[in-house]
Amino acid sequence: MGFNIYDFSGMTHNMHLWFLERMSPTATTIVEWTIIGVSYMLFVALFGLFLVYAERKVCAAFQQRLGPMRVGYWGLLQTIADFIKLLMKELIMPKSADRFLYNLAPFIVMIATFLAMAVLPFAKGLQTLDFDIGIFYVTAVSSVGVIGILLAGWSSNNKYSLIGAMRSGAQILSYELSVSLSLVTIIILAGSMQLSVVVESQRDSWFLFKGHIPSLIAFVIFLIAGTAETNRGPFDLAEAESELTAGFHTEYSGIKFAFFFLAEYINMFIVAAMATTVFLGGWMPLHFGQFESFNHVMDFIPPLVWFFMKVLGVIFLIMWFKWTFPRLRVDQILTLEWKYLLPINLVNILLMCLVVLTKFHL
Amino acid sequence: MSEFKEIIVSTDKIHTDEYLVNMGPQHPSTHGVLRLLVRLEGEIVHNIQPHVGYIHSGIEKMCESISYPQVIHLTDRMDYLSAHMNNEAVALCIENALQVEVPDRVKYIRTIMDELSRLASHQLWWCVMGMDLGALTTFFYGLRDREHILDIFEETCGARMTLNYSVPGGVMFDIHPNFQKRVKDFLKEFKKKLPEYDQLLTGNVIFQERTNDIGYLSKEDAIAWGVTGPSGRGSGFSCDVRKHQPYSAYPLVKFEEKLDTKGDTFTRYRLRMEEMWESIHIIEQLIDNIPEGDYAVKMKGVVKLPEGEFYQRVETARGEFGVFIVSDGKKNPYRIKFRSPGFSNLFALNKMAAGHKIADLVAIMSTLDLVIPDIDR
Amino acid sequence: MTNEELQAYLTGKFSNAEVKTGKQYVEIVVKAEDLHETAVQLKKTPELSFDYLICLTGVDYPETMQIVYHIESVEHRHVAVLKVNTADRTDPKVDTVSDVWQTAKYHEREVYDLLGVKFNNHPDLRRLFLDDSWGFPLRKDYKDEVRIVER
Repeated sequence: MGFNIYDFSGMTHNMHLWFLERMSPTATTIVEWTIIGVSYMLFVALFGLFLVYAERKVCAAFQQRLGPMRVGYWGLLQTIADFIKLLMKELIMPKSADRFLYNLAPFIVMIATFLAMAVLPFAKGLQTLDFDIGIFYVTAVSSVGVIGILLAGWSSNNKYSLIGAMRSGAQILSYELSVSLSLVTIIILAGSMQLSVVVESQRDSWFLFKGHIPSLIAFVIFLIAGTAETNRGPFDLAEAESELTAGFHTEYSGIKFAFFFLAEYINMFIVAAMATTVFLGGWMPLHFGQFESFNHVMDFIPPLVWFFMKVLGVIFLIMWFKWTFPRLRVDQILTLEWKYLLPINLVNILLMCLVVLTKFHL
Repeated sequence: MSEFKEIIVSTDKIHTDEYLVNMGPQHPSTHGVLRLLVRLEGEIVHNIQPHVGYIHSGIEKMCESISYPQVIHLTDRMDYLSAHMNNEAVALCIENALQVEVPDRVKYIRTIMDELSRLASHQLWWCVMGMDLGALTTFFYGLRDREHILDIFEETCGARMTLNYSVPGGVMFDIHPNFQKRVKDFLKEFKKKLPEYDQLLTGNVIFQERTNDIGYLSKEDAIAWGVTGPSGRGSGFSCDVRKHQPYSAYPLVKFEEKLDTKGDTFTRYRLRMEEMWESIHIIEQLIDNIPEGDYAVKMKGVVKLPEGEFYQRVETARGEFGVFIVSDGKKNPYRIKFRSPGFSNLFALNKMAAGHKIADLVAIMSTLDLVIPDIDR
Repeated sequence: MTNEELQAYLTGKFSNAEVKTGKQYVEIVVKAEDLHETAVQLKKTPELSFDYLICLTGVDYPETMQIVYHIESVEHRHVAVLKVNTADRTDPKVDTVSDVWQTAKYHEREVYDLLGVKFNNHPDLRRLFLDDSWGFPLRKDYKDEVRIVER
């Protein structure tokens, strides 16, 4: 089959030829779509389970306790038990809720998540879609999630849900700007929006080091705006339990709630994956231009492992934010974006332009 | 509900932009069964009507049919976080009425237990304040340290929270032989942990943004609404009963009454943190010098107060707690009234929170440090 | 001021009231119609300046209802007790002092709720803890077959 852990393009090409020998091109396409779809769904389910478990363990570590320990060895089966419980719960729907929109909202959020995941480069040759406007596509598609949240809040026919959804909508729309502008900074450095090109051009060193100051500022802003986008961490006013019960997903139970919950964790994964791809080199090992032997050692670790190590590192950072800081009030969140992050971002873009034009980068 | 119509009619006409939201009896941040009817316009709070009585147990009526030592049991359950101070208030009232002089050992033990109760109460307040504002980790840090105090209580008094320790004439049992050592070990540990609290919450920019200039209460309003304790002292109202009408061993210790005039949420927070340091200093002054002697004075089997009225004030963690006993010479009190600090503090909420946002309302309520059974009795 | 000075000053100022020194504090017993005026004077006079109402209690006596106000002056640090007796027990009415000491607004609601004393000119006289189906539980003649066991 040509399974090469360092380069999946051989394997995917062989599989494609294998199918073509046995069926017509249309059937091949459909079979390949099915395989990709199923593997993405499996990935979302399994990685989502893992992330929920990781969050509980990380949270426990910060709070000087152990976290789930009883269900399975060291609590490993805890999330599976939670998932089975959610599957078995009764789906209570408020009588005066708008039926169609109420049922539609979780699906919209999930669809937005899947669409954004389609372009992420997991390893060399393991990227489903490779548009030449890759980065632009990701920001565009993740905005679709806002519709799901607003629909959820509106159709629940509940004052608390509505307040939560409005807050969340305002917050996500504002922070979209910061996310996009910090990505624009890197597009200037990379010269292209295509994600595979972005990763390839970090072969000699990651953009975080290449662009030094403007890159670092953009990275910090991207992290802050990314946590705000996913309604996490100090920006989780939309689901602040101590104020409005559970915000926009108050009225959801069972598997529909599980969709929102899972979508939040996978969105966190997407933010971390984008940060990794664009700032930390994606699946590229850590290379320092001149040190040949060091580069050889780094090359030994497969790119897939590099990618997941970096993603998990960024996810740990995002979790760290949540369990350390108190919550910001909604007007403080919007002030932070419009009065501080946006001007800094714009100045940073100018700075990056200067750096690129004068070739002051590493 | 007829009550609902009454509200809409008795307050001024509601604009079409406003709406009523119920922060109902079951809510994670009302610290107990308290219902707040909030009139909102968007996010801005215009008026708050607290509805109390969900945990009204008729304690004052019950006390009219039980004997004086039995009243002590019920006082634990009102402000359960300052249980010992409530016990002591009733015990002191009865002792003053009967003109009974307690030995010095009793005074020292009572004051040390008072200050330990105050520390435990402020620790719980701190962890819940962090949790209300979203810093969920503070909950575990505060409780971790509070466990040490509760273990000390359990060893000496037999219970962790409803201590039932001070009785008329003295204390129920003598302190455990390990008491002094355990308290000294705890103080040593806690003095290292308290700066951690400051690092985690006090210096945090987000926390300061959420609490600075929120919930202003002027000195005149604090006096008019009877807001005592750290909430009142934050507005400049010097009301510490331990300083002005000292009781037990307080005349013998040196400590400061912390005052500030800024009157906002952050000031009240900061004053409670400073009060924790003062409590540590008070305990340090007393713990090594507990005099020998009896732990109680022999009282008659049946306690009967002379005819008349007696009032005793103590300083609990929340403010000034008062016991007013009207006695007609029998062995049950004729009328007993508990002046609870939470009752007066709660109803100043409208003054403090009007004009702020819902998130600020949560911050202000947690800084008032309310315990609802204290309000409802 | 000490208790003696306070007693002398108050006897001089309020001729309609009965001023004596109880076991702890100076007590002023006023008639129901003089209550509001006395309260205003107690707060406004600079030598007295009783601006902090510590506690407001209602006591049920066989002939009358007595409202007891413990007041303190923050400036001078003296404490006094103001008492007023209502005319009868069946329909007791007293003037409100919630415009003098704002905290009385809710204390008086509690007294109304538990003892049935009505306060004239109170801005919002409603029950506080209980609802209308209860009588006035703190009264000595309150009967409840279900919840109270008579020995």
